[in-house]
Amino acid sequence: MAEFLQFFFSGLTVGAVYALVALGFTLIYNASEVINFAQGEFVMLGGMGTVFLALAGVPLPLAALVAVIIAVAVGVALHRLAIEPAGDAGVVNLIIITIGASIFLRGVAQVVFDKRFHSLPHLFGAEPLRIGGAAILPQSLVVLAGAAIIVFLLWLFIDRTLVGKAVIATAANRLAARLVGINTSRVVGLSFAVSAAIGALAGILITPLTLTSYDVGTLLALKGFAAAMLGGIGSPMGAVLGGLLLGMLEAFSAGYLSSSYKEAVAFLVILGVLLAMPNGLLGRAKVERV
Amino acid sequence: MLSVSNLTSAYGRIEVLHGVSIDVPEGEIVTLVGTNGAGKTTLLRAISGVQRMTNGSIRFAGTLIESLPSHARVSLGIVQVPEGRQLFSPLCVEDNLRLGAWTHRRTDIRRSLEQIYELFPMLASKRRMAAGSLSGGQQQMLAVGRALMAKPRLLLLDEPSMGLAPLLVDQILQTISALKRDGLTILLVEQNAHAALAIADRAYVLETGRITVHGTAAEVGSDRRVQEAYLGI
Ligand SMILES: Nc1ncnc2c1ncn2[C@@H]1O[C@H](COP(=O)(O)OP(=O)(O)OP(=O)(O)O)[C@@H](O)[C@H]1O
Ligand SMILES: [Mg+2]
Repeated sequence: MAEFLQFFFSGLTVGAVYALVALGFTLIYNASEVINFAQGEFVMLGGMGTVFLALAGVPLPLAALVAVIIAVAVGVALHRLAIEPAGDAGVVNLIIITIGASIFLRGVAQVVFDKRFHSLPHLFGAEPLRIGGAAILPQSLVVLAGAAIIVFLLWLFIDRTLVGKAVIATAANRLAARLVGINTSRVVGLSFAVSAAIGALAGILITPLTLTSYDVGTLLALKGFAAAMLGGIGSPMGAVLGGLLLGMLEAFSAGYLSSSYKEAVAFLVILGVLLAMPNGLLGRAKVERV
Repeated sequence: MLSVSNLTSAYGRIEVLHGVSIDVPEGEIVTLVGTNGAGKTTLLRAISGVQRMTNGSIRFAGTLIESLPSHARVSLGIVQVPEGRQLFSPLCVEDNLRLGAWTHRRTDIRRSLEQIYELFPMLASKRRMAAGSLSGGQQQMLAVGRALMAKPRLLLLDEPSMGLAPLLVDQILQTISALKRDGLTILLVEQNAHAALAIADRAYVLETGRITVHGTAAEVGSDRRVQEAYLGI
C-alpha cells in the first residue's frame, strides 16, 4: 500500500507537469491547428533561465519571473518571425517550422547556458512528509498546487473574459472570427505567449525534483504531446486528464515492471491512441468544414 | 457607398471572378442574384477581406480598402452575415452577440445587446443557450443580430433565407427592409430572386464570375433572360 501511494504521488507530480505541457500544445493547436514542437523548449527556458539568473545573483522569485518573461518573448518571437510570415504554408509546414525552432532554441541554450544538469532549491525544504507510509517531498505538493492554480487561472481567462471568448471563437470558427473583426493572427500570437508562460512555469516548478538541462525539452515535448493525444487533442480538460494519466502510467510501470520501460510508455500511448481511439478520451471527432 | 471595380479572384490557379464591378449606393438595398457556383460568396468574402483578390479595387465611403485586413474593414463598418450562418457554436447566444461588437468599446455593448433583444425577442429567452443548439431560423436571427452588434454602415448578407421555412423567409426579408428604413445600406445575395427583387432598389446578376445584367430592381425583374432563368416566368 505504501509502495502504491509512493508511485501514485510521483506519477501525479510528473503528470501535473505533463498536463501543463499538454495544455500548451492544446492552446496553440486550438488557435492555429499547429502542433508546436518547441513547447518543451519553453519548459527548458523556464528552468534554465531561473537557474542562470539565480547564479548571476538575481533573487529567486525575480529570477523566476524574468525567466517566464523571456520564455513569453521567445514564444511571441516564434510566432511573429516564423509562424506568421509562413501563414499560408499549410499546417504541416508550420509544424516542421516548430521542430526547426525547437532544434534552434536547444542549440542557442547550449551556448548561452551550458551542457550540465542544474537544480533549484526546494521551496519548502527537501525533508519528505510521511503520508500513509509513503515519503512525499513538499516540492511535489508545490508542483501540484502550482499546476492547479495555473489551470484555474487559465479557465478564468478563457471562460470569464471577452478576450478568452475570442480565443474560443477563433478556435471554433476562424472565418467567423475574422468576420466579426477579431484579429485572429493576434489571437494565435496570444496563444503562443500563454503557452510559453505555462511551459516556463512548469519548468520552474519541476526543476527542484527532476533537474534541468538545455535539452530537457525534447522528452517533455514528447510526453506532453502523448498526454494531449491521450486526452484528445484540442480539449483542455483532456490535456489535464491525459497528463495526469500518463504520469501515473509511467510511475506504475517504472515501479512495478522496470524503470527501463518508463520512457517507452509515452510512445506506447501515442501508438495506442492512434490505433485504437484517434480522438483520445475527451476529444471530439474532427469534422472537416466544407 | 461601396464601389467594386474590375475585381478578380481565384482559388489557387482557377479564377472564379473575372472582373466584377458593382456599386452599392448609400441607403439602398442592392441584391446580387446568380446560380450555384456563380461566385457570389467569393465576391462578398473579397469585400470583407477574407478572400484574396488578384486584381481590381474596392472603394468604401471614398477610400480604397482592398489592402486593409478584415478586422480593419469591420471597424470601418463593413459587416457580413456569412453563408451558412457560421456561428460560434460552442459559445452561448449572448457571447456570440458580444463578440459581434468586438471592434467597439466594451461599455457600449450593453445598450446594443438590448436593441438586438428588442429586435429578436426570441434570442433574449435563449441568451444562455449554446448557439449550436438553436434551430435554423433562430441561428439565422443570431447571425444577423451578431452582425448588427458591430453597428454596420454596410451590411453584407449571404443567402440569409437559405434552408428556412417560407414563413421565416418572409420574416427575415421584412427585417432586412426594416433595417434599410433605419438607414442601413445593404448588399443582399440571394438565390431566391423573386423575394430579393421585391425588396431591392437595384440588382446585379452574376453568372460564372461575370456580371451579365444590372439595373434597378424593376428593370432587372422585367429582363427577358432573368425572367426565364431566375424567375421561372
Ligand atoms: N474553397 C474553394 N476552393 C476552390 N474552389 C472554390 C472554393 N470555394 C468556391 N470555389 C469555387 O468557386 C466558384 C464560386 O463559388 P462561390 O461559393 O463563390 O459561389 P456562389 O455563387 O456563392 O454559390 P452558391 O449559390 O452555391 O453559394 C465555384 O465554382 C466553386 O466551386
Ligand atoms: Mg454562396
